[in-house]
Amino acid sequence: MISEPASAPSPRPGGPAGPSDVVVAVRDLWRSFGTLSALAGVSLTVRRGETLVIMGPSGCGKSVLLKHLVGLLKPDRGEVLVYGCPVHALPDADLDALRIRIGVVFQSSALFDSLSVGENVAFPLRRHSPLPGEAIAARVRELLALVELKEGTERVMPSALSGGMRKRVGIARALAMRPSLILYDEPTSGLDPLTAQTVDELILQLRGELGVTSVVVTHDLVSAFRLGDRIAVMDAGRLEASGRPEEILASSHPLVRRFLATRAVAVTSS
Amino acid sequence: MSDQRTFASPSPSVLEAFGGRILRGLDETGRTALMMIAALRWMGRGRLEFRETLVQIHRIGVESVYIVLVTGAFTGMVLAYQTARQFIDFGAQAFVGGLVGLSMAREAGPVFTAITAAGWVGAGIAAEIGTMAVTEQIDALRVLATNPVRYLVVPRLAAAALALPMLTMLANVVGGIGGYAVATAAGVTPGTFIISVQRYVEPWDLAAGLIKAFFFGLIIAAVGCSRGLDATGGADGVGRAARGAVVTAILWILVSNFFLDLILFRGGRQ
Repeated sequence: MISEPASAPSPRPGGPAGPSDVVVAVRDLWRSFGTLSALAGVSLTVRRGETLVIMGPSGCGKSVLLKHLVGLLKPDRGEVLVYGCPVHALPDADLDALRIRIGVVFQSSALFDSLSVGENVAFPLRRHSPLPGEAIAARVRELLALVELKEGTERVMPSALSGGMRKRVGIARALAMRPSLILYDEPTSGLDPLTAQTVDELILQLRGELGVTSVVVTHDLVSAFRLGDRIAVMDAGRLEASGRPEEILASSHPLVRRFLATRAVAVTSS
Repeated sequence: MSDQRTFASPSPSVLEAFGGRILRGLDETGRTALMMIAALRWMGRGRLEFRETLVQIHRIGVESVYIVLVTGAFTGMVLAYQTARQFIDFGAQAFVGGLVGLSMAREAGPVFTAITAAGWVGAGIAAEIGTMAVTEQIDALRVLATNPVRYLVVPRLAAAALALPMLTMLANVVGGIGGYAVATAAGVTPGTFIISVQRYVEPWDLAAGLIKAFFFGLIIAAVGCSRGLDATGGADGVGRAARGAVVTAILWILVSNFFLDLILFRGGRQ
């Protein structure tokens, strides 16, 4: 088990990171489903403003780890601290208060089928903000413009959108409450390379303009190296390696080499 | 010659399958009960989603009117057809109206309406919520700090508990009209039929039927929501949830109907 990367994570520009800089801290996380061990002692930290990419083969536990960060799953053992709060042990009301500070972009976008695009984006605002209706409508238009969806899209139902547009709406909804931490679960999964690149650029733009901390789960190597300040590689529920993209590329870890080799063409061309 | 017969004991796998089925049934019942308790807590706190509840009243109540009109009318007609022919032969046409009215008010109205609604409404609820569960929309609700029981279950429980008595009343009325039409066509005079209804059907008979319909509404919505929330595994899981919701709701309706009869008609005229 490698609980932390062999190479220390790069400190943020401007000096070494202090404890207050740590947004996410996962300590010795274990989780099984029946006899299947999904997480086997994972530990990692994410610092303010950085983008951590978690990659690995399908079924390695990436999405399970992400669900623990937002309290959708409870660990068998270990700790998950987000902004210093123990996600795994919070009462429902406190967990909801924390979740409002976290944006989540789902693999399937998870837009509510019965609501229009505008109602989807406005959903968290209507429930958790004191904004009046007109201000919410203005914020929805602003968010849809941010993800480069043209005016009028707010009236469309999610079933009429392409995969890429659904991802954008999912991102707009995740941004509605101005979260300082965004979790992306396979943001480019199922998209063609051009659309995937556009979504990646949108994530980079959000990081640049809004300075949010991001955790991106993906098995897409091109996306991983495009987005990540640090990359963690998982396999069979364990964190096998972690480091800056160039350190991962230079890693001699057998799994990392194998993983990189299978997608060498894509990485080289990116 | 020695008796070579061997006495086959029940196969452990059969016993295991039977026991497993019982345990699964108890598990599902327990989870439905826990969900009901959580829903009642939200109701107790006055946390109703009014917009969603109105939408559900429209879906469960208004959209079921046509099917209830048809089933109610034909139930009354077939009751009148069978009883009128027999009773006229025995010179007992004075009892036809009363029998049709009592049967509709106490049993046929609430039970047939509930069974129809279990297929129409219960399957719809399970399929809708099941689809939300397998496409991460329930997870999205949670991370948007919205309790799925409050947002999805409470409105459906309230709407079904309100709509089923109204639909039952409608079934009673059209069943009575259908029964009247068939009975008079079979030779019962209109005056005899109406006097018979007035003589034998008391307000409590109608009220008891509506009380039963209230509980049947709760059963249909609770089972549909519970099966939907537990759905896993894509389209197949949604299909299983919908089928399971219909079968389970009908079983519970028939079983609870017997015990409700024992309670509601214990002291009155039998």
